[in-house]
Amino acid sequence: MKIKSITLAVAACASFSAHAQISGDTVKIGFITDMSGLYTDIDGAGGAEAIKMAIADAGGNLNGKKIEFISADHQNKADIAASKAREWFDQQGVDMLIGGTNSGANLAMAKVAAEKKKIFISIGAGSARLTNEECTPYTVHYAYDTIALARGTGGAIVKQGGKNWYFMTADYAFGQSLEKDTSDLVKSAGGKVLGSVKHPLSASDFSSFLLQAQASGAQILGLANAGGDAINSIKAANEFGVTKKMKLAGLLIFINDVHSLGLNLTQGMYLTDGWYWDANEDTRAWSKRYFAKMKKEPSMLQAADYSAAGNYLKAVKAVGSDDSDKVMAHLKANKINDMFAKNGVIRPDGRMVHDMYLMEVKKPSESKYPWDYYKVVATIPGDQAYATKAETKCSLWK
Amino acid sequence: MNKKIGYLIAFAIAVAAPFVGYPVFLSKLLCFALFACAFNLLIGFTGLLSFGHAAFFGMAGYFAGNALKNWGLPFELGLLVGVAAGALIGLLMGALAIRRQGIYFSMITLALAQMVYFGALRAGEFTGGEDGLQGVPRGRLLGMVDLSNDTTLYFVVLGICVLAFALIVRTVHSPFGQVLKAIKENEPRAISLGYDVDKYKLLAFVLSAALAALAGATKTVVLGFETLTDVHWTMSGLVILMTLVGGMGTLAGPMLGAIIIIALENKLGDWGTLLANVTGVEWFNTIGEAVNMVVGLIFIICVLSFRRGIIGEFIALAGKKKPV
Amino acid sequence: MEIFGYPLPMIMSQLLLGLVNGSFYAMLSLGLAVIFGLLNVINFSHGALYMMGAFLAWMGIEYCGLNYWAMLVLAPLIVGVFGVVIEKTMLRHLYKLDHLYGLLLTFGITLLVEGVFRSFYGVSGQPFQVPEALAGATDLGFMVMPNYRGWVVLASLVVCLSTWFVIEKTKLGAYLRAGTENPKLVEAFGINVPLMVTLTYGFGVALAGFAGVLAAPIIQVQPLMGQNLIIVVFAVVVIGGMGSIMGSILTGLALGVIEGLTKVFYPEFSSTVVFLVMVVVLLLRPAGLFGKEK
Repeated sequence: MKIKSITLAVAACASFSAHAQISGDTVKIGFITDMSGLYTDIDGAGGAEAIKMAIADAGGNLNGKKIEFISADHQNKADIAASKAREWFDQQGVDMLIGGTNSGANLAMAKVAAEKKKIFISIGAGSARLTNEECTPYTVHYAYDTIALARGTGGAIVKQGGKNWYFMTADYAFGQSLEKDTSDLVKSAGGKVLGSVKHPLSASDFSSFLLQAQASGAQILGLANAGGDAINSIKAANEFGVTKKMKLAGLLIFINDVHSLGLNLTQGMYLTDGWYWDANEDTRAWSKRYFAKMKKEPSMLQAADYSAAGNYLKAVKAVGSDDSDKVMAHLKANKINDMFAKNGVIRPDGRMVHDMYLMEVKKPSESKYPWDYYKVVATIPGDQAYATKAETKCSLWK
Repeated sequence: MNKKIGYLIAFAIAVAAPFVGYPVFLSKLLCFALFACAFNLLIGFTGLLSFGHAAFFGMAGYFAGNALKNWGLPFELGLLVGVAAGALIGLLMGALAIRRQGIYFSMITLALAQMVYFGALRAGEFTGGEDGLQGVPRGRLLGMVDLSNDTTLYFVVLGICVLAFALIVRTVHSPFGQVLKAIKENEPRAISLGYDVDKYKLLAFVLSAALAALAGATKTVVLGFETLTDVHWTMSGLVILMTLVGGMGTLAGPMLGAIIIIALENKLGDWGTLLANVTGVEWFNTIGEAVNMVVGLIFIICVLSFRRGIIGEFIALAGKKKPV
Repeated sequence: MEIFGYPLPMIMSQLLLGLVNGSFYAMLSLGLAVIFGLLNVINFSHGALYMMGAFLAWMGIEYCGLNYWAMLVLAPLIVGVFGVVIEKTMLRHLYKLDHLYGLLLTFGITLLVEGVFRSFYGVSGQPFQVPEALAGATDLGFMVMPNYRGWVVLASLVVCLSTWFVIEKTKLGAYLRAGTENPKLVEAFGINVPLMVTLTYGFGVALAGFAGVLAAPIIQVQPLMGQNLIIVVFAVVVIGGMGSIMGSILTGLALGVIEGLTKVFYPEFSSTVVFLVMVVVLLLRPAGLFGKEK
């Protein structure tokens, strides 16, 4: 009877056996993100599609080497993300890893990539630690981080006249750093922070917190939370009439969130985004292709997935090899110019710096076609949005 | 006799495994197998269902991680700190929970574990919050054996797990273990025989917590980080599933259950892609996103027709085949 | 006037909001209490079925052009039927076993149901507006109360009290209670106990579906919406005393108020305070506040 169990164990082990592959003949891109949990829509399978588009656009092969793509769902567990990353580097010959959502998973993957001396491009993580305390020579943080969101939103809104703020913050590191960075900026831009309240993550009811916000008399309600929390906050804000007296400033809102709420509830809300599908001809052209496959317009993250993969492949082609150090040097030496960013720069600390945009959500009457949600209020130049050299905690950039 | 051969074969496979499979993944499997066995000590042999085992598993990881990374302790002491922390939390939790029976015992463990989770979430400096505690070094075993080699580390982890498993086997077959079994089967009778059942239950609880802590601490060293996932109530649920699938109350069951469930979590996507390539059916590629659904299906099937778990069913089958 | 540094109108408004949330908790835990109290089944799929109710309401409005009020009746019915199917095919085999197996089975069902919805609809949520008749808000002086929330309180309390009344005070309820305590005896009287049990389970989950429709306009309608609430709802039922309907109703209301106050004084803890209360209550009263130790 024990024999049976052992047979099973052997069978199980056999499936884990090494597919030792030499990466010499292929350029292999790996993609690990959340495909089934909270962050499915803003990245997920759409991100994988975007990367496949980039590979197709590069012709499917580079100087004779075939380009391969492999993806996995980390289910929001850093354990799985790190194990998979490790396994892919050691056994699947992955040359470059793109990290999707979830900061904890990205931080773990970045460490693995640095250990294996492979390039890791983080797209979906918000944590600025990736280019500060945890920076490595192999990490690139591509689309956004909490500092850029905070500075974009904080400074630009104060300039628009929103001087008094109250924050509703999700009680975890991400929310807290969003609140702190935005507060700092609001104060330095001449505004005032009248108070804040921290709510537990995934709270289902925000009415009490909103009442406290309203009681403060501030003009702007800063939502230092994301995803479901942000959506429920906005729903409740409308319900309780908070939106009549205060303007909402969503510190991390994706177009999918606005889509699920509808313009009735989100009109007039401020938010910062790194990219918008309807911004110009280039973005529209690419988004049309994306829409044909996914039936939704892409978010900033999905566009960034495409851009990161595309630029990596361009660098490999230019350098003539997939050697991480050489490719990284090329990436840091050349600007990023594509439909995602104009004059984007990858700094020594790994931060990809590009312009951010302060958006205001359109009124239902102003929206002419599906997904026509935003008007661009201000462009925040990259070097103002992200942390500067003076502030950096990265030892590589001193 | 059969059992000894079984264990020897399993051990042989375990020793050969890292040369065929992937050492880090196998080490992770071992840690979860130990976690499941530790949990089983409580439910399978003492009859106490704890919904809060993640608290010991995760917090031990955090304590060990901090010990190794921030307090500069060597490998063995770091693990010891983790185990001590887990045992202490187990002592506190157990002391409160033991006072109640059945579902109320379980709910108290859940409630206390939730409070531990809250503490972990807020203790940003210690745990790193949702970013996790990153960069835990492996160090050296006894100052001599360098653990940065994955295969070396695997054997050390294997050693730890074998010793822990031996401890569990010894405990179950000891007089202490017999009393636990008696408590599980008929507590009032055990009391009437003069046993201080509360003390026995508490001891079993702390032992289970300490071993779960060992698993958590070891896993943290293997992977090099610790996150809130390991203190969340879904982790407690996962270990219940592993034990159920493998066979509650059997010694080898939980190990098998852990292997199956962890393999599923990590490999389902790969298997889906494999199936898609082999059969040409595109849909298989999307299985990787359906881990939760597959786990749900397994729960349902196990509960309806497979209640004794895999090992349990085989034991029953073997029992039936014996000549009368 | 100030209490602990907070102005009185603020405290009053938080208390009122607490009652609103509390009535919702009571509504949500009612189905769970009915199923555990009468059938001894720990129905972990309550959260997923609550979500199903909300989703069905959205689907009815989106695909069939029905309105909120129609769905308020229809969605719980459909969820109830689904529950009946689950009970007949799977759950009834587990009644003689330990509680654990019912819990694990329903947990598996949760994962399956949530997974299926997620694979079709993603997790961003579906837009759901407050129905016309209940839109707007009323100024109560110390705060502005949205009319819809007032409706939630009304509907919850009506349903909760009627359910309690039927189960505790009517003949039908007596049959139900007797039937689960001593099925053989009650069957001997000619009453179809298995049918009653099935319908009871269906009713319990229909209550979850009803709560889902109530929640849809104010909470994001997405496949994982039940996940956060399920363990809180469990805590409510346990604190109230598993098996006591009035216990869960009162505990739900009390918890809403306690949470509301916590949101003022220590907001970060407001999602965890229920567990602290549970530990304290269970240590002082072994079977919960109104439960009977079995």
